[in-house]
Amino acid sequence: MQLTLWTYEGPPHIGAMRVATAMEGVHYVLHAPQGDTYADLLFTMIERNKKRPPVTYTTFQARDLGGDTADLFKSTAWAAYERFKPEAMLVGASCTAELIQDDPGGLAKALNLPCPVVPLELPAYQKKENWGAAETFYQLVRTFAGPHAPPAGTKREERAAGTKARCNILGPTALGFRNRDDVKEVTTLLGELGIEVNVVAPLGARPSDLARLGNADFNVVLYPEIAGQAATWLQRTFAQPSVKTIPIGVGATRAFIEEIAAISGVDASRFLTPDASRLPWYSRSVDSTYLTGKRVFVFGDATHAIAAAKVASKELGFTVVGLGTYSREFARDVREAAKLYEVEPLITDDYLEVEAKVHELQPELVLGTQMERHIAKRLGIPCAVISAPVHVQDFPARHSPQMGFEGANVLFDTWVHPLMMGLEEHLLGMFREDFEFHDDAAPSHLGPSKGRQPSASTEAAPSPAASPTTTEAQTQLTETLAMSGWSLEAEKELAKIPFFVRGKARRNTEKFATEQGIATITIETLYDAKAHFSR
Amino acid sequence: MTVLIPTRLSTANLDACPSTTTAAPSAERFVLRERGQREVFCGLTGIIWLHRKIQDAFFLVVGSRTCAHLIQSAAGVMIFAEPRFATAIIDERDLAGLADCNAELDRVVTRLLERRPDIKMLFLVGSCPSEVIKLDLSRAAERLSREHTPRVRILNYSGSGIETTFTQGEDACLASLIPELRRTDAAAPKSLLVVGALADVVEDQFKRIFADLGIDSVAFLPPRKAADMPAVGPNTSFLLAQPFLTDTARLLEATGAQRLLAPFPLGAQGTTGWLKAAADAWNIPAEHFRQVIAPAEKRARAALEPYRLRLAGKRIFFFPDSQLEVPLARFLYSELSVDPVEVGTPYLHKQHLAMELDQLPETTLISEGQDVERQLDRCREAKPDLVVCGLGLANPLEAEGFTTKWSIELLFTPVQGYEQAGDLAELFARPLVRRTRLEV
Repeated sequence: MQLTLWTYEGPPHIGAMRVATAMEGVHYVLHAPQGDTYADLLFTMIERNKKRPPVTYTTFQARDLGGDTADLFKSTAWAAYERFKPEAMLVGASCTAELIQDDPGGLAKALNLPCPVVPLELPAYQKKENWGAAETFYQLVRTFAGPHAPPAGTKREERAAGTKARCNILGPTALGFRNRDDVKEVTTLLGELGIEVNVVAPLGARPSDLARLGNADFNVVLYPEIAGQAATWLQRTFAQPSVKTIPIGVGATRAFIEEIAAISGVDASRFLTPDASRLPWYSRSVDSTYLTGKRVFVFGDATHAIAAAKVASKELGFTVVGLGTYSREFARDVREAAKLYEVEPLITDDYLEVEAKVHELQPELVLGTQMERHIAKRLGIPCAVISAPVHVQDFPARHSPQMGFEGANVLFDTWVHPLMMGLEEHLLGMFREDFEFHDDAAPSHLGPSKGRQPSASTEAAPSPAASPTTTEAQTQLTETLAMSGWSLEAEKELAKIPFFVRGKARRNTEKFATEQGIATITIETLYDAKAHFSR
Repeated sequence: MTVLIPTRLSTANLDACPSTTTAAPSAERFVLRERGQREVFCGLTGIIWLHRKIQDAFFLVVGSRTCAHLIQSAAGVMIFAEPRFATAIIDERDLAGLADCNAELDRVVTRLLERRPDIKMLFLVGSCPSEVIKLDLSRAAERLSREHTPRVRILNYSGSGIETTFTQGEDACLASLIPELRRTDAAAPKSLLVVGALADVVEDQFKRIFADLGIDSVAFLPPRKAADMPAVGPNTSFLLAQPFLTDTARLLEATGAQRLLAPFPLGAQGTTGWLKAAADAWNIPAEHFRQVIAPAEKRARAALEPYRLRLAGKRIFFFPDSQLEVPLARFLYSELSVDPVEVGTPYLHKQHLAMELDQLPETTLISEGQDVERQLDRCREAKPDLVVCGLGLANPLEAEGFTTKWSIELLFTPVQGYEQAGDLAELFARPLVRRTRLEV
């Protein structure tokens, strides 16, 4: 048993729903107790989908457990077929139905439904959401593309001269972080390069589109967590190479273009100009000097976390002080990436562990998921979201990709925006005693201050369920700030340091005092520690 | 548009309602019973408000990743402080027998209580998986209680979807408290118990009204602190503040306490009827009763009037969600002249809802349970002006052109009592007003 407050990923059947909901013509019949229908609201409220997810639940109850749950599944599957007439049906079980072992796959087979049925085995007590999505997508691809596979060992036919190279874009799903905009951005980029997009899947694809996957020359895998497994199979079966670079950031987008040029033989040189994105110039602009060495903590799914760390370090000049992921399946990649920044990788799906790490590192910026956004808010640290799990705010009305050159522009804006601007930061440092520079003062460009812990109610979307809970956080913070071993003068001096670096200053000073065996911290100790730790 | 339906029930009528005696059984009305896909939350969802209501209680769900995901999704994820709920996620080691579930649970509970020394009461909450693998949480609670007494009291209840829908979770939670309550005997003074979680502000308003009426001994269940559990016995009369407390009411009655027959305190009439039930049980003279409630009741009626003009004649359709549907339909019909087309409820408790059901027009279809696809067909056929439904259905219905109201908001907003009557009406009026404002 694992004690869990918040989870980064849902159970694997949620991953299957993300694939089913992204596609057209697919219906998912899920053997599940009543209550599991909550999952619909993820799609209708967080993503604001206009349609219900294409999922029918058996919603069995205790009274059904006497042995006729299998019949319930069969009648539900039939009714769902009759009503929705899907091109293909997914069948499977949620965690509770897995325990009663009705075997939805076998039952559906016995029904002889007039459409292809893809049975899903998603072990709910071992695996999680992204794995479930990857497995579902892989099974769908195998089922529909499989019959069109050439005999093993067949070489790909050379493309006829004068025809455009073709690729598939794999990985975007419902509830993915900015998948909608990334697909648009990457499709446009590919079009400019002269590459034809054969199929985008799962987002927007029908089962009949999956059958055409083999017609492409290569695959672009945007989200390896979702499409890695399917792409490996396609490579093996259709000899389709995969483009491995994830085009997040200017450097990665250039590498992505070069990789595509190499695979497809197009001339991409005119797309590799310095002005393709505004990020390089904005980063070189002198007003960005204050970004230098800002200490940033990065956490998310593996793909986005690795990419964010690289952009933060190489394109914005930040210092990566922590890097982690909840994607255990991709832990090795994150460990490799962490070596580049000489940080200890944090591989965990325990929210409390991440919180403790942020607390310990006291970064100046957190790039994380919605979970880290909460951690950062509680600790008064600026934060930008880079990865799922998603929140209604991660589906902005405007086009806001993470990938491609426009994506790089978006990253610059969204990561720099939460930070205190350079001159303002100096003024705060110089004139701590100005009555308007109190601890709760937020950067002026972020509008009137609501304090460092905004009320929960303003953040409560998609459901109004959150209650005012800040008192607990305040209590904890007060405890954290309870001073021991500080002289009154030193404590006052510490208070003159802006809040966003005060935690670090305090911890450094205390560490210094402990190391030096100093019992009472004076103003002298404070400045000795500052000199000691200055970089 | 002409306002077709006048306000249906005068105060005089309601005052005349026999509130402390059993209502005459009304002619059996048709109820459509459905058994198909239910688009409802399970009882675990109640934790979202209960963990804030009892300030030193903690709710530990013993379940799967789905349970954890459900609660955080229903709570909107957006809670800033560490919540007073968590999930002990059962994994394959527990299922394969490699780990002893009970030992694992003890370990998790010990870790939890170390982290949260402020917790005085811990609920082990059963889920679908824990029920199916027959993990005996009542024995676990006894065992852990012995270990952690007197610091923490450990109780258990089931919020599983195979046994409970949405608000039945609160019923199961409160029912688990009843055996814990101190018992009073026949010599104890007469006391009033208000049962069902209410917003703190609403509780305070009711306390003041009861005091003004002359009812001094009033307690609320659940209390705000675990140490403030009320006592019950044959001299306790209780008023249900929520319509979904079937088991809690049954267990209270088994202690000798008497349930006062009353409508639910929604709107001006509902609140008056609810308070009147208590006043009659305390033999408070009608004149004094009227004098006490008159100012607040007048305010409530005045607050409702503008919404009545806006809502009168509108046709409303309720999908089943919280079991508040019947009392809400009663309020909308009799106080705002809204026409309820269909009132769906996950579970219909005819005794508790007797006074509400009696007031609904014959033309209203009452449905119990659900077959969501068929109900959507009925809804599309009926073309109501306003649809009250859960979060999974609201946006798809809006996209089809319907105006909807999220039913969950009716549980997370103070809506009971006189001072909230206008707010309650506004919740229904807002989606309609919004439609008229938008030109895009």
